[in-house]
Amino acid sequence: MTQPILELKGVQKGFGSNHVLRGVDIDVAPGRSLVVLGGSGSGKSVMLKNALGLMTPDAGKILFDGKDVTKDQGKAREAMRSRVGMLFQSGALFDSLTVWENVAFRLLNADGMKRTDAKEQAVETLKKVRLGASVADLRPAEISGGMQKRVALARAIITEPDLIFFDEPTTGLDPITADAINDLIIEQVKALGAAAVTITHDMASARKVADEIAMLFEGKIIWRGPASEIDRSGNDHVDQFVHGRADGPIQPAL
Amino acid sequence: MSDASTTKSGGIPNPLAWIGRGTLALFAEIGRLSLFSGRTALSALIPPWNLTQLWKQIIAIGFYSLPVVGLSAVFIGAALALNIYTGGNRFGAEQFVPNIVVLGITRELGATITGLMLAGRVTAGIAAEIGAMKVTEQIDALKTLSANPFRYLYAPRFLAAALTLPILVLIADIIGVMGGWLVSVYALDFDSTTYLRNTIDFLTMEDVVVGLIKAVIFGMVIALMGCYQGSKSSAGATGVGRAATLSMVGAAVLVLAANYILSTFFVQIGI
Repeated sequence: MTQPILELKGVQKGFGSNHVLRGVDIDVAPGRSLVVLGGSGSGKSVMLKNALGLMTPDAGKILFDGKDVTKDQGKAREAMRSRVGMLFQSGALFDSLTVWENVAFRLLNADGMKRTDAKEQAVETLKKVRLGASVADLRPAEISGGMQKRVALARAIITEPDLIFFDEPTTGLDPITADAINDLIIEQVKALGAAAVTITHDMASARKVADEIAMLFEGKIIWRGPASEIDRSGNDHVDQFVHGRADGPIQPAL
Repeated sequence: MSDASTTKSGGIPNPLAWIGRGTLALFAEIGRLSLFSGRTALSALIPPWNLTQLWKQIIAIGFYSLPVVGLSAVFIGAALALNIYTGGNRFGAEQFVPNIVVLGITRELGATITGLMLAGRVTAGIAAEIGAMKVTEQIDALKTLSANPFRYLYAPRFLAAALTLPILVLIADIIGVMGGWLVSVYALDFDSTTYLRNTIDFLTMEDVVVGLIKAVIFGMVIALMGCYQGSKSSAGATGVGRAATLSMVGAAVLVLAANYILSTFFVQIGI
């Protein structure tokens, strides 16, 4: 069996009396695309932040390429992050920098690449996400939401990572732009041969980008299977979520 | 909410529990601020430095504060001269106006007024900027891109404030003394040459250095409070606004407290 690029084993995380993650067990194999579904407040983002090392779990382990990285800091953490890309829900582009400086941020700051070379590479990567060189010198505030997502995707893939996290990649986009972003994600992830972990509650997006789908509910993974079987999961929680029904075992987050 | 620890048997709030909780929260906050300050100072002192960010912050904190510092200083110097003249007039000591103006401006008011003005303009700005970065996940994005926020965000602001405050204070000293001279010559009928000669004769290097040393400390306080409150800003516009307010109030109070402590220290060592 192939060694997973990422494994979460019994990961728990709470904030005071709010136990968000109650023992998450999940893994993703190299080159595979895993989508984690879950309602608002189900802990998807907390799970992702723990996997990235932005939060430290209260219990459990996180293994990256077989190595325990749960408590890694400093150089060890940087070594892991150099192999990981991340597309944030809001894009999280730096307002004070131009589009190309955002895309080439890691090259300029962590890798110490010359600005001319970094800009050239950034413009090449922008082309991969269907953005022309004309946007390179604009500020993030000067481009549309859909273009900002593309820039954020370019920033996530520029270093050709082994694993890319996507946090609600289509949130806030119209259906056509969302579909275009999904297509770009599939195209770029396949081109890189990278593994992808996407958290979303957008079923159209999940069906399109996933090889496998998992469902997070009350801090645990309650179902996992091939994307093609999501409609035959045999799990009431999954069925309710997939069909977007208010009635069922999952109570709406009101 | 009431529980056994916070209420007496009759449901009356237990003041000891309140005091205890408040004390614990205060010490926890001091601890967090101390750790944050230590990490920021270490990142500022140990290379490599992010010179691009440092230069941007020198311009933002130093250059763009020149108008507000200059205007404040001229009015403070002018008001100081008027008040000293009025007070001195009661016992025939008007001739000491230039001496007291230059002493008050260089040792005390130049640094304090600059510190307070920057606590408003710079600290709140830093807190709002970093707070907005936090709530829009830009600080998380920095970390995922292997950039340490202490090195990339906080250290350049800390260094820039510590480096530019003394220059701003020096400028405030000159403009403040000029404000006193203007009022004295044009409203109080002092002889310009005599006023300037008295000012220069009375001024010592120690007086100027005292103000400049204070300025370095004030700069550190101003940047640290902005960065600290911004970095722990909670989600939303309210959270960012609260961080800006807390940072400004905290910086202003700490500037005044630091001013008193430093003044006491300099008096103790005889300068």
